[in-house]
Amino acid sequence: MSGSLDHSDKGQTAPDLSIQMALSSDQALEIVLENVLCFLSSRHDRNAASLVCKSWYRAEALTRSELFIGNCYSVSPQRVTQRFRQVRSVSIKGKPRFSDFSLLPRNWGAYFATWLVSMVDVYRGLEKVYLKRMCITDDDLAFLAHNFPALKDIVLVCCEGFGTSGLAFVASECRNIRVLDLIDCDVSDDDEDWISWFPESSTSLESLTFDCVESPINFEALERLVIRSPSLKKLCLNEYITIGQLYRLMVRAPQLTHLGTGSFSPSELVVHGEQEPDYAAAFAACKSLICLSGFKEIVPDHLAALNPVCANLVTLNFSYAHINAEQLKSVISRCVKLKSLWVLDSITDEGLQAVAATCKDLLELRVFPTDAADDADGPVTEVGLLAISVGCRKLRSVLYFCQRMTNTAVTAMSKNCPDLEVFRLCIIGLHRPDPVTGEAMDEGFGAIVKNCKKLTRLAVSGLLTDKAFCYIGQYGKLLRTLSVAFAGDSDLGLRYVLKGCPMLRKLEIRDSPFGDLALHSGLHHYYNMRFLWMSSCRVTHKACEQIARQLPRLVVEMISKDEDKEETSEYVETLYMYRSLEGPRADAPGFVRIL
Amino acid sequence: METNMVFGNDLNLKATELRLGLPGTEESEQLQSIKNNKRSSSEMDLASQKGTGKQESEAPAPKAQVVGWPPVRSYRKNALTKRPESDATGFFVKVSMDGAPYLRKIDLNVYKNYLDLLKALENMFKCTIGVYSEREGYNGSEFAPTYEDKDGDWMLVGDVPWDMFIVSCKRLRVMKGSEAKGLGCL
Repeated sequence: MSGSLDHSDKGQTAPDLSIQMALSSDQALEIVLENVLCFLSSRHDRNAASLVCKSWYRAEALTRSELFIGNCYSVSPQRVTQRFRQVRSVSIKGKPRFSDFSLLPRNWGAYFATWLVSMVDVYRGLEKVYLKRMCITDDDLAFLAHNFPALKDIVLVCCEGFGTSGLAFVASECRNIRVLDLIDCDVSDDDEDWISWFPESSTSLESLTFDCVESPINFEALERLVIRSPSLKKLCLNEYITIGQLYRLMVRAPQLTHLGTGSFSPSELVVHGEQEPDYAAAFAACKSLICLSGFKEIVPDHLAALNPVCANLVTLNFSYAHINAEQLKSVISRCVKLKSLWVLDSITDEGLQAVAATCKDLLELRVFPTDAADDADGPVTEVGLLAISVGCRKLRSVLYFCQRMTNTAVTAMSKNCPDLEVFRLCIIGLHRPDPVTGEAMDEGFGAIVKNCKKLTRLAVSGLLTDKAFCYIGQYGKLLRTLSVAFAGDSDLGLRYVLKGCPMLRKLEIRDSPFGDLALHSGLHHYYNMRFLWMSSCRVTHKACEQIARQLPRLVVEMISKDEDKEETSEYVETLYMYRSLEGPRADAPGFVRIL
Repeated sequence: METNMVFGNDLNLKATELRLGLPGTEESEQLQSIKNNKRSSSEMDLASQKGTGKQESEAPAPKAQVVGWPPVRSYRKNALTKRPESDATGFFVKVSMDGAPYLRKIDLNVYKNYLDLLKALENMFKCTIGVYSEREGYNGSEFAPTYEDKDGDWMLVGDVPWDMFIVSCKRLRVMKGSEAKGLGCL
């Protein structure tokens, strides 16, 4: 398109109108729009812009480079690739979150293959792929590596379907690979030495995360890879890497900012008389280290090696480390800048008190359970939560697994930590009341929704009556995600939530006595939601059919554990429903019935 | 099996009986990787004894397990069930033997009693450690197993009750020759 609208040309006596007339005002406007819209990065802003008028819609579609698909079945790959033509980055989420906890049978869906087929012709310049809870095979990885030469970043979170063979394809064919992050994926061991498949020349690797790959690694090849990857900043090793090997890698890559330490344990065989390496010195040499994780088989003797870096740490993930309070204290007492901490409850309330004493800037805390058993007592309790709330006032996100909790402690947290955006409390004992008062946990969670005005995500547990849900509906005005398990008395509970929470996007419920009346009460809202999940509740087939009839743009899936069992019980085993532009998906397995 | 060994106050032959699996478990549900050679003669003594109480069973016998509860990702669940619940100090310790080129690392939690441990050491280093007696230590053998405790002192293995040994042992060393005899007389 020739003819610029260049007004800075002072030398000209009269603008060359003939050239400018060649552009209609619409076309000119679109050029301007495209140039302006490329500054819009947020997809919410872009969605809004696309609704202004056709011209804006077109301009936006041409300039959107980052695609985010929150539910892979809400829109088809064809529709997407027809509208957005210049995409460089694709993020797709597949299975619902409860699939992480074995609540969704295998082979439910979320296959990346169909997306690949559509993208290959249109998105030749694709640079980044982010997948969460999708099924991706070795063939898919090979196809991806082979057909998208510009690919730089591959991030797979909670994905499955592939193995070390697929990784070998990526290593050998993605010549520009910059980020290869595998997080909590199920990677099968095909006995393929994938690390050796990276090209012999210098790589542009900046991030390599494979701590979830549960198979041995060719260490020599890895060491050589690290040596020839001068841009490497993030390296997360798996548990097959011993502390001795970690040392060797750290010495090669002192520029690291993020380090996943692997097993953090010596191998069985150590040459007698050989000096143990100075691990502390290796850590001291990594002056940019701000994020530590791993510690999969930690031998606490080596904790002291971390001392040189503690003061700079922003993120510390000890959630695989079976350490006690004393051992934690030796590290945490130096971590004054810590913003995010993940730990195991083996540190006990005492450990949490130590965290509260030092980590004044803490924004995120996750406390995971060591033992899934239902005990009356556990290592962390309301004492720990209270201490944290008093010491870490800036907290924004909490995930806390425990065996006992009191309303007092939860209420205290709601008042001490007003910036909370995410509050997920998991009292492991089912229907467990406040052990001090014997009452339900209604008041505690009520205080959270009432006092934490920025709350967007909530997970509830313990003994809860409909009252708790009344509070949630009353005060949870910004709530977007709600997780409910073994809670509530009647349909009223769910009705409160569906009526009262206008921002609700994701609602997942299991084993709670909510039924048809409650389901019906959300009709006005389901199109605004990404999904609703209800398993082992009291919803009947008939009610689901009614919903499907009244809301044609909703896909209503009824999922059973076996194909045959389907019609026998009165209630639907699992209801999963989501808005979609496409109607029922073609790839549903036998145990899924779509209405 | 030796019958004249005395460990502390426990003359409990049942406790020293060889078997695979954790005390108190019905099946050996915990498939721990035993880091030494499996002994050739081992009797599967199912649930007949409670062991020496050093470790509680991994989890109380589960009541009807609720699927997907607590909501912990399977990757994390697998990682955690792989690891035995260990006490603070008593798990991996280094074992050295005078004259051997390599150190080994063993998981003390795997053993129920001194008999288990000594058999494992004998297998590991292909030596005979022999019989412990309070008076004479490991007389009749040129090797003596020793350990460094929390206070940094070197003690003869078997001096203290097993429970106490487990929590205080920091590393093991199989001594050879006269040095060994000296310790035995403490």
